[in-house]
Amino acid sequence: MMRACFDAAIDHLRTRLAPGEVFTAWFQGENSDFVRMNQGKVRQPGSVSQRTLSVDLIRDQRHASGTVGVSGDATVDRQRMDALMETLRAALPHVPDDPFLLYNQSSETTELAGKDALPDAAEVTARVLDRARGLDFVGIYAAGRVYRGFGSSFGQRSWFERASFHLDFSLHLRADKAVKCGYAGETWSDDDFTMRLQTALVDLEVIGRPPKTVEPGTYRVYLAPAAVAEILNVLSWNGFGLKSHRTKQTVFLKMLTGDARLDERVSLVENTKESTGPAFGSAGFLKPPQVELIKDGKYVGCLCSPRSAKEYGVPTNGARDDEMPQALDFAPGDVPAEEATARLDTGIFVNHLHYLNYSDRPAGRITGMTRFATLWVENGRVVAPLNVMRFDETIYRMLGENLLGLTRERDFILDNDTYYQRSTGCAWVPGALVRDMRFTL
Amino acid sequence: MLDIIARRLESVLPRASDCVYCAARVVEERSERIAVRQDVVQPVAVDHDMGAMITIMHGGGYGYAATSDLSEAGLRAAVDRARGWAAKTAPRAIDYGSIVMPHPRGAYRTPVSKRWDGVSLGDKIGLLSGYSRRLKGHADIVDWEASLWHIEQTTLLATNGGGRVMQEIAFVAPRMSVTANRGVETQTRSLGMFDHSQQGGLEVLDRARLSHWCEVLPVEVMQLLTAPNCPTGPRDLVLMPDQMMLQIHESIGHPLELDRILGDERNYAGTSFVTLDMFGAYQYGSSLLNVAFDPSRSEQQASYAFDDDGVPAEKTYVIRGGVLERPLGSVFSQARAKLEGTANARATSWNRPPIDRMANLNVEPGDSSFDAIVGGVEKGIVMTTNCSWSIDDSRNKFQFGCEKAQLIENGKLGAVVKNANYRGVSATFWRSLSAVGDASTMEVLGTPFCGKGEPNQVVHVGHASPVCRFDRVDVFGGE
Repeated sequence: MMRACFDAAIDHLRTRLAPGEVFTAWFQGENSDFVRMNQGKVRQPGSVSQRTLSVDLIRDQRHASGTVGVSGDATVDRQRMDALMETLRAALPHVPDDPFLLYNQSSETTELAGKDALPDAAEVTARVLDRARGLDFVGIYAAGRVYRGFGSSFGQRSWFERASFHLDFSLHLRADKAVKCGYAGETWSDDDFTMRLQTALVDLEVIGRPPKTVEPGTYRVYLAPAAVAEILNVLSWNGFGLKSHRTKQTVFLKMLTGDARLDERVSLVENTKESTGPAFGSAGFLKPPQVELIKDGKYVGCLCSPRSAKEYGVPTNGARDDEMPQALDFAPGDVPAEEATARLDTGIFVNHLHYLNYSDRPAGRITGMTRFATLWVENGRVVAPLNVMRFDETIYRMLGENLLGLTRERDFILDNDTYYQRSTGCAWVPGALVRDMRFTL
Repeated sequence: MLDIIARRLESVLPRASDCVYCAARVVEERSERIAVRQDVVQPVAVDHDMGAMITIMHGGGYGYAATSDLSEAGLRAAVDRARGWAAKTAPRAIDYGSIVMPHPRGAYRTPVSKRWDGVSLGDKIGLLSGYSRRLKGHADIVDWEASLWHIEQTTLLATNGGGRVMQEIAFVAPRMSVTANRGVETQTRSLGMFDHSQQGGLEVLDRARLSHWCEVLPVEVMQLLTAPNCPTGPRDLVLMPDQMMLQIHESIGHPLELDRILGDERNYAGTSFVTLDMFGAYQYGSSLLNVAFDPSRSEQQASYAFDDDGVPAEKTYVIRGGVLERPLGSVFSQARAKLEGTANARATSWNRPPIDRMANLNVEPGDSSFDAIVGGVEKGIVMTTNCSWSIDDSRNKFQFGCEKAQLIENGKLGAVVKNANYRGVSATFWRSLSAVGDASTMEVLGTPFCGKGEPNQVVHVGHASPVCRFDRVDVFGGE
């Protein structure tokens, strides 16, 4: 159905062009089930079926873009596309030539359609809640098929579709004392879920102990992969994009123009080859299998959208307009994850971080809160849950001079972002042992 | 088009005898974005989206189905799917059987005095190009941009009990930013994250004083580039309305959302340090603090006559004389908590279900002039325009940063300082409120990007506030 909608739309647009016009088009759709849960009960269950088509109408160096909702009713959709084309055509005389317009003019065709092995969402959540009976279980099960397509008047058709699920949940004891857990993938397994639930229940026992409060100061910490992923998320806001580098707004400014660097064990790659998302972007360019961003602690490259490529005179690597990574691969270290608590010795075991932001972006300084099962460890043994603490620290200390090690094992994290639509992003993230991390509140 | 869909709904929505409650919320949204960056017109974007959300409560269960297929068959399929969800999940659902939903009739339309399409696209581009040229005020300015975003959202709510509400809301969101750099120092001044967006037409641009900001922002960013870091230590803190907006939002708005207090958000946005027993007695702030949920201020971003559940909206105090009176809770949450709340069930669009949101949440003006607020400070600091926000999941320990700050020494404004941050705890911060500006210091601001919910959603929220002063707050600067 979705593929038919996409093909019909591209075919129709090709018939609506006036002489001298070309177009590119970007299709996004999903059929998703969402079941929200609280206190071990269903709060809001439902389904969303949505699809949009974004069209860039181009005449010479002038262009205008627009997006319409696609209903699936061929007659209605043709009317909407015709109206959009007329609107865009009417805009062209008002816009000047765009010196930074760049789009793919190939006629290449690619297709990736993953299998569909997801069980009925209502049945899954019934089994989940049955296994979690008696627990204060909170979270969401999101599942279904996600679609992306690119087409152009040059004949290119690129198609991606993938079925996936994520169950993002937490078990709560009281107030903010809770254990967070995630389970995501393409094939649901009751046994895999039960194993994760059992692990969370073991952690919940620790959370039940009297909490410890520490004074502001510096502490030795272990940042579990989910916590490191939060740091990567904030670094991704303008951190890795060429535009942010050329306009000096990147958090890595001191690496670009000063002599700052990260620890040589820190290497970051945009790993499209292994990613769970499409290998093409909204301007039709195929992404290279990998883009090295930071290698051995030093800046080596950027994500470059087609627009930035034209503006700054370098080749594009197919990045999105916002130049944010979609498949960030943080190289592993050599610390066995099972030894993390022992190697921490005495300090704070941070399972999750929350609400990160910059306190001094050019200096690479980030603040944020601990959350969900952050633990106080003494002599390699977990002693108590920690009341939430605020950290305020630079990446040059956390991932530079104060980095003690990265774990050998990494978590594969499927992005559970559902703003506007379900994300197709992912990341591979190790845990990190850090000394003298600064906590302020 | 909505009339046609309304007629389809009359035959598609199940009768009250067959279904306890069924509502269709049809949303049509048109938007246009125009930007000029570094004097280059960015791609103009014109969007049109439309879809319907069907909600059903029946047999003690609840279910929804959202679809962009607005044909009769598509709507009927959505009704069946929502009904299926309600039936399948009822045995494990929270108690929906006791919740009584409204069947309202009415309409609302944003007052517009200067229509968006009354000025051609070319003239709007010309306006922004002129702003862009003026923003590049110095050789060290490395990036600058001016943009406009216009949204028209029409919502039809129809229920199977005869309810029918049509609301037509229009926004204009202007933004400007300018960034300067020397070596490893970069500073930005801006109008925030569309802080000056309001309901209305092009008259919003007059109220935002864009021409004024074109002159001020380049000068201020160059001041910041050579300014010293904000000092560290306790100071009396004066917050301008464009930082008060964020302070209200994060440490009053979110903690008072009843769905957070009831636990719905604990896995994502977080919980709240506020508990149900605090309402009616808890001293949230000093006696100068008066906070109102006010959907009636027509120019503000989140003004409406009915929320997305169809509950009539009216101005309601949530904090008065510093005492916590009521939560921001919709009809669902009110029934669960057995507390009176507000008409604040809101959804980002047709593809997400309504949840408790802030809408317009405003601090009422006091009686101090700006000069009196500053004049009463021996050692203090004025901060303006938020650029960093972080708060714990109970909405208590916060740290916020501002683009620009100016020291106060012995009642006089002094040096500009950069990288200004402050931190505190919500539960005690508002009790240190020592002065509230009068109406002359008031600004009507907001943000289109308040994120929350599973699945995630963003909504427009409005925050009007006077200038306010807080005693002895921990402030600090950058590296």
